[in-house]
Amino acid sequence: MMAVQDSKNRPLWGALILVVAIAPLFSGNQYLLSIAVMTLLYAYLALSWNVLGGIAGQLSLGHSAYFGIGAYASTWFFIHMGISPWIGMWIGAALAVVAAVIVGMSSLHLRGAYYALATLASAMVLKTLVENADDLLGGPRGMEVTLLRNAPWQFQYTSKEFYYVIALVFVALAVFINWRILRSRYGYYLAAVRNEQDAALALGVPTTRYKLYAAMISAAMTAIGGTFYAQFVLFVSPDKVFGANLGVVIAVVCIIGGRGTLWGPVLGALLLLPSEELARSFSGGMLGADMMLYGLLLMLVIWYEPRGLVTILQRWFGRSDRQRLTKQGATQ
Amino acid sequence: MTTNTLLEFKGVGKSFGGLRAIDNVSFTVNEGEIVGLIGPNGAGKTTLFSMASGFLEPTDGQIIFQGTRIDGLNPPRICRAGLVRTFQIVKPFGEMTVIENAMVGAFLHHARPEDAREVAAGVLRQVGLGGREEQVAKTLTLSGRKRLEVAKALATHPKLLLLDEVMAGLTTVEVSEMLELIHSLRASGVSILVIEHNMKAVMNLSNKIVVIQYGKKIAEGAPAEVANDPQVISAYLGGEHAA
Repeated sequence: MMAVQDSKNRPLWGALILVVAIAPLFSGNQYLLSIAVMTLLYAYLALSWNVLGGIAGQLSLGHSAYFGIGAYASTWFFIHMGISPWIGMWIGAALAVVAAVIVGMSSLHLRGAYYALATLASAMVLKTLVENADDLLGGPRGMEVTLLRNAPWQFQYTSKEFYYVIALVFVALAVFINWRILRSRYGYYLAAVRNEQDAALALGVPTTRYKLYAAMISAAMTAIGGTFYAQFVLFVSPDKVFGANLGVVIAVVCIIGGRGTLWGPVLGALLLLPSEELARSFSGGMLGADMMLYGLLLMLVIWYEPRGLVTILQRWFGRSDRQRLTKQGATQ
Repeated sequence: MTTNTLLEFKGVGKSFGGLRAIDNVSFTVNEGEIVGLIGPNGAGKTTLFSMASGFLEPTDGQIIFQGTRIDGLNPPRICRAGLVRTFQIVKPFGEMTVIENAMVGAFLHHARPEDAREVAAGVLRQVGLGGREEQVAKTLTLSGRKRLEVAKALATHPKLLLLDEVMAGLTTVEVSEMLELIHSLRASGVSILVIEHNMKAVMNLSNKIVVIQYGKKIAEGAPAEVANDPQVISAYLGGEHAA
């Protein structure tokens, strides 16, 4: 339930991860860096989703709602009130927590597909609301973040290295949060809820409340990712940040990597985002090529190993099968 | 005889729509007792369990545990009060290991994973699952899963354990092992209310038998008395499913 690496290999793995993580910084290639930033952003989002969708096993397809709230909140407070997005992202996180409580209270008692549909619906409702808020939020056109060029205290900079380092720190923090949850009583309780909710109830786990906490943590983390995105592309619109597509992609990245595992969400992003970029460049801009790729990879991975890439890699590297199955593969 | 009442059903009834599943059932479980709850299939035994453990709310009557009304409380609160149930259709946390399953129970009173693991390991040895700690729960045999069901509940340190057909489907040898386990649990101070279809087992095990038919209590008493009660005999032999 805890570590992903064997202890004897740990320094080796740590070094490898570190080298791979900082390598893009030395390439100086801005195109490569922007792909790397998006990969890290999705790794971060998948890690955020993992708390609710993976560890707690609640298949949310509506995380675009929280992402959009984060992106819009920090942007709105920045352009209308001059509040730095570094502070605005916490406002976004707080609003996302409120949204998660509202959505959660009305949907967390639902199980399986009904819950997934309810979350999807909540994201669509929010998108429609934003699209119709022309005066307040710019309606379907969205909002542009005021360009300041090199202003690190306002969360923007002309070089991609700036964003890359921030994204890396975000991913590291998200891994840490997941790790802390997984090795705590709370993590075991969430795993129990995912595996067999009634049995968890009978053993004294307040299942609905704990799922709600997971939803709140997950939503806050996702909203902060939304702020990052807004600052990276300096533009938000309902389509880009509230789209149903996004909510599904976040879930797919995590599921392909390995739901409920520590490194699965990161692996999922490492596989999917670069492949998506390749698909886009080789398909000559054909619309939907990336989504077709997602579908194909999802089918392949789920067919070969429903517990995701983490398990496939563990098997390739000869790790015993019984190890750390706990955190993988929701049963519902 | 001066005994302390641990659990009391007081005129408990439960209706599902127009169906009267439980009608005016009263009985007690005293501290240190093993009480057997028997009756033909569909008599309402599991419904009584579900009400005592908070999964269902009685339509009438009261359920009192250690002097406090618990009917209508939610399962986690009842579990914290010291009453825990197992499920007739076992519900292991399938993808988790055996010890992690037991740890979920142990976490009720031990917040640190290291402590919970220690308690869980002890409970697993007690139920005869020592050595299987790292096995994934869903790969256990039926007998193993029944033991695990007991272990999870035991790890919460209950005062009263409700066992729902933990012997169904076990071989004769496994049944006698389970009987030994239940006796040892009582010796360690846990009182037990047990639903069981295996007549020989339940007669051998219980201080007292309560017989339910069509949602009503038709007999209560020492095993020998109940076994000779004409109403009980007709309930079991007269047209209903034999046990």
